Amino acid sequence: MTVLTTPKTAVRLAAKGRPLREHLFRLALVASLVIALGFLALVLYSMISKGMGRFDARLWENMPSIRRPEAAGAQSAITGTMWLIGLTAVMALPTGILAAIYLEEYADRTRWYNRVIELNIQNLAAIPSIIYGILALGIIARVLGLGFGVLTGAIALSLLVLPIVIISAREAIRAVPPSIREGSLALGATQWQTIYRQVLPAAIPGIATGSILALSRAIGEAAPLIVLGAATFVPFNPESLFDRFSALPVQIYFWITQSREEFHLLAAAAIVILLALLLLMNSAAILLRNRYQKRY
Amino acid sequence: MTRGQRRLSAMTAATFLIALTAACGGGGADTSRTEETGGGAAAQLSGQINSDGSSTVGPLTTAAYELFAEQQPRVQVAVGTSGTGGGFEKFCNGETDIQNASRPIKDEEKAACQSKGITYTELTVATDALTVVVNKENTWAKCLTVEQLKKIWEPAAEGKVKSWKDVDPKFPDEPLTLAGPGTDSGTFDYFTDEINGEEGASRKDYSASENDNDIVAAVAGAKGGLGYFGFTYFEENQDKLAAVEIDAGNGCVAPSVQTAQDGTYTPLSRPLFIYVKNESMKRPEVKAFVEFYATNINRIATDAKYIPLNSEQEAKLKSAVESLSAS
Repeated sequence: MTVLTTPKTAVRLAAKGRPLREHLFRLALVASLVIALGFLALVLYSMISKGMGRFDARLWENMPSIRRPEAAGAQSAITGTMWLIGLTAVMALPTGILAAIYLEEYADRTRWYNRVIELNIQNLAAIPSIIYGILALGIIARVLGLGFGVLTGAIALSLLVLPIVIISAREAIRAVPPSIREGSLALGATQWQTIYRQVLPAAIPGIATGSILALSRAIGEAAPLIVLGAATFVPFNPESLFDRFSALPVQIYFWITQSREEFHLLAAAAIVILLALLLLMNSAAILLRNRYQKRY
Repeated sequence: MTRGQRRLSAMTAATFLIALTAACGGGGADTSRTEETGGGAAAQLSGQINSDGSSTVGPLTTAAYELFAEQQPRVQVAVGTSGTGGGFEKFCNGETDIQNASRPIKDEEKAACQSKGITYTELTVATDALTVVVNKENTWAKCLTVEQLKKIWEPAAEGKVKSWKDVDPKFPDEPLTLAGPGTDSGTFDYFTDEINGEEGASRKDYSASENDNDIVAAVAGAKGGLGYFGFTYFEENQDKLAAVEIDAGNGCVAPSVQTAQDGTYTPLSRPLFIYVKNESMKRPEVKAFVEFYATNINRIATDAKYIPLNSEQEAKLKSAVESLSAS
């Protein structure tokens, strides 16, 4: 990058036209990367350095406490988050993948209703998460009477990630070359056999990656859960679908707003746990993609 | 099976396994939780109590539960903090047993409760002193009158009162940096009502945050900073901020446990409430919890760093709970 600091060379390069522009463009790219990674490193560093002192067994073995911050833990929030993600995976993934198969393999795109569905799925993906919380509060918790248990929270998160699952699964299915389908059909396989035996196995790495990334989004959501009354203090683990629950982002938010410094350290330690969970899920996604990726 | 098929089945199985393990993460199912072991005063009760509402009062109910759990470990209380307003909506929909509130119930909330046939009892459980804070380097504003505060915070001040000099010509020409709670907060409702004379009426050009620690940081970071929040946040940050004495016509009074309890810190000392659904009091675990809350109220308040009730208020609370239990 020294070329940019000496005007003489800059002029010389500018005369040629392309190299300077190329260098500038490259500089912009590198700068963007440095900004993005720099902030990530900053967040990681500040949270780890702040939370490390509190990152020990107390955090996952103990329940939250207001009276004794030194003994407080996040066990109920961690199990709450596990329940939420488990239930969200069970509900959102099959529905989303099946919807994607329909849209890609069966739906006739010349029909207006299929185009409307498609357009709306794109729109749904852009809706702020709190709207899903309000929807779940009004319809699922109240009208359907499912209450304020962990199931209602998981349904809200499922609705939230469903469009993302559908969009990423569709892209994965679309990436399977048509020749594979045509070959299978030409050999006399039915459409379902073609999808199940040829298209899906080829698309699975992409579908799995998209699904895990969608779940990673769900794990960090606090807003819809707060609207749903996810409690900030729950001294017990959920044991049924209708039990009150807490979740890591909700617990972290509550601790950060407390006045005592001990809770801020606790929040930092809980953020480290959340980040570790996220990192684990994302690396699983990368691993799956690399392991099963097929090139045509 | 083809390779692809095997892979597909394996992946599907793995996905479900992960989901299942996560779902079962809650550990050994203790189904006996809802059982009643009734009979006798010292009996072990069980059950779940739902509480929601103000984030200012929530920690007090939490502290009450933590002490209660030492005697009744099988009763479980979940405390949400969706705000006083959000909590009342759930309470009047019959979804919670105890509502934490940093202001009294509003008329429209009363109507909502009435239409659902929810009857309730209001209990004053602690006191709070809304504290106006300034930067440590602020040497001029040791004491402000209610009129001066109004001059700073009223809607008409927006864009006009920008310097301390605009508040009082005797003050230096230091830029006024304001911070305060957001409009969803009961603290905001109370402050605007008492200072500006109308609930919710406030200038809007201040940095608003639902997190009081942001207000601490904003005021500590600017020489001309001013903000307000509950007394606990000042107590925890005394080394960073200074509290302003308030003059409501009877001289300057500093916020403290003493002045909030004896009522001399006006108009910014406020009662904190819980609302108990009368119907829920029929459940032995709710009854036991509310009775425990009232009996040990000052121990709970001190423990959770709230300003305890004075003896008159305490007696009132206890008699209210007694008559509620009897009915």
